[in-house]
Amino acid sequence: MSNDRAHADHVHEHPTWKQYKWVALWLFVITVAEVWAYYIPALVNSKAFVPSILVMMVVKFAIVVMFYMHLKYDHAIFRKLFMGPLLIAGATLVAFLFLFRG
Amino acid sequence: MTTATAATAAAGAHEAHEHTHYTATGLDNKKVAIWAFIGSECMLFGSLISTYLIYKGRSVVGPFPHEAWTSPTGQVFKPILDIPVTSASTFVLLMSSLFMVLALAAVENKGKPGYEGTLGSSKFWLLATALAGATFLGFQAYEFTSFVHEGLTIRTNLFGSSFFTLTGFHGAHVAVGVLWLMTLLFIDMKRGLGPKDAILVDICALYWHFVDVVWIVIFALVYLIK
Repeated sequence: MSNDRAHADHVHEHPTWKQYKWVALWLFVITVAEVWAYYIPALVNSKAFVPSILVMMVVKFAIVVMFYMHLKYDHAIFRKLFMGPLLIAGATLVAFLFLFRG
Repeated sequence: MTTATAATAAAGAHEAHEHTHYTATGLDNKKVAIWAFIGSECMLFGSLISTYLIYKGRSVVGPFPHEAWTSPTGQVFKPILDIPVTSASTFVLLMSSLFMVLALAAVENKGKPGYEGTLGSSKFWLLATALAGATFLGFQAYEFTSFVHEGLTIRTNLFGSSFFTLTGFHGAHVAVGVLWLMTLLFIDMKRGLGPKDAILVDICALYWHFVDVVWIVIFALVYLIK
């Protein structure tokens, strides 16, 4: 019975083929938007360029992690195993940029 | 539930998870291990990306990623990054992630309605993913070769050192992923992969998607942001 219990605890619904294809379409559209933005000199020279590229990057990252890596559907432990080191890496990156700027 | 029914259910569950070893958390140890590994890889790539960003714009001599440069000898170097080529390779890698989830779905649902024919075949999707990965590596080999021909090597300047180290490490991870996929394809062709083997494909898929998300970050920070 404990085997059944363990199995039931970690089986979660995964996205369907149709959802996977929608996710791929969104990733494609966002990538096209990123490259398109790169070729607009007025946008590249504005203050909005870097934040807009970063936002699109984060959205693509989150989509792949949540839907393709199933983190949205899987056990919370996996989320912690991924998000913990990711936050440490992000904090290290920001700290280094402040330390070495200029 | 009678004792006989419970015994039958337990035997069935045991058979279904013949190859799965659960931990005290109730989770498959292979999957816990791959997530822990991916966590450590986050910090590896975090340090490589940090290094690239710290050195960004500090090269004394060219070629530079986004600006033209004229050397003291009068040689003119154009901006070295080729965005159209890298956009194509990014598209290929993104599509490979779709192929990978379809390969996993085909293995998990083998024999079920809707998973017949070529589009329901795990072999087809595993091969497609491996080919897309190999195509990405081809793009990278082309990019590295053209950079060297244009005068940028790992020893030319800070940009060259940090760029080749970061993208080279990523390329090595893609190469490992392609080998892993080819191994799974070989097993699938030899004895077939079914629902009981889904965890083997799942951990490979997690690694492959991680390689994809790292490229999403590299593409934005290295190639697009000037």
